[in-house]
Amino acid sequence: MIPLIKRELVERRQWLEDSEFVDLLAIAQSGPGPIAVNTATVTGYKIRGKSGAAAAVLGAAMPSFLVILAFASVLVRYKNAPAIDAVFRGMRPAILGLLVAAVWQVGKNSVKNRSDLWFVAAGAFILFVLRQSPVTAVFVSGLLGIASGYVSRRAARMKHEDGDR
Amino acid sequence: MLFRLFLTFAKIGAFSFGGGYAMIPLISHEVVTSNSWITMDEFVDVVALSQATPGPIAINSATYIGYKVAGFWGSVAATAGVVVPSFVIMLILGFLFYKYRNVALVKDIFRGIRPVVVVLIVAAALSVVPSTLTGFVPGLIAAISTALILGLRKDPVMVLLGAGALGLILYL
Repeated sequence: MIPLIKRELVERRQWLEDSEFVDLLAIAQSGPGPIAVNTATVTGYKIRGKSGAAAAVLGAAMPSFLVILAFASVLVRYKNAPAIDAVFRGMRPAILGLLVAAVWQVGKNSVKNRSDLWFVAAGAFILFVLRQSPVTAVFVSGLLGIASGYVSRRAARMKHEDGDR
Repeated sequence: MLFRLFLTFAKIGAFSFGGGYAMIPLISHEVVTSNSWITMDEFVDVVALSQATPGPIAINSATYIGYKVAGFWGSVAATAGVVVPSFVIMLILGFLFYKYRNVALVKDIFRGIRPVVVVLIVAAALSVVPSTLTGFVPGLIAAISTALILGLRKDPVMVLLGAGALGLILYL
């Protein structure tokens, strides 16, 4: 979706400069939620303040909302129809296949060094051993990230001070 | 109920880092395990539908589940719920970034969360196994799907729709 947003806002309508878009995208990737919604929020805000942000999000969410609503109103009644059931039966194992592929693709990009592995281990421990909720796992790993950042910055500072001595 | 939908999806929306797939365990934990609004089997179908249609998985699944639980207003409540926290946080972050330029805190938070996203996707994969690996043929479909995406770099949505078409041939 991001290239589409860029093409529309920066190239076609020229509401934003390229560099502004890049900065806003960085902010959009720094928070929770779907990247499309976040990008809509920050670019909308930059272009037209809070009401711009609200309008952008509404616009971004509306089409999928309506499409799914249409599907849902039909499916809730006809899900058991043979044809529809057959299609879903075919798609179910593909979902597993998609997820396995995603583990590899995301893993390649997110786990790059040893400290990353420690976080993976912590997350896995919280989720699978302690059996806490995924929300807890995300929350705690965020805290651990803050702690590790603080520790490594402190260590770098002390090393620097030692060097001066 | 509407408020419950809104709050539940707000909780999901507030902690959804790492893209659509990483949200799957968060959503299933709230919607299947905690609230028993749908079964795991139904949830897998919701994921499939969300993937095959335009828009973020978070919004699509919120709309569908909200509708199933409480009709039109349910879908509005759930969708609004999933969108509002990110909306608010984005406005706050936008303000902070422009004022303070470098928000080391955010970088640190992501340092911890980014690797854990992989764990979430593994959890998602594991959670759908009972609903999806129901025989030899489904196993084959799953394996071929993975191979098509990783090996031949096919678009996952295309693979999913192809599997749906295959389902028509096999199961109708």
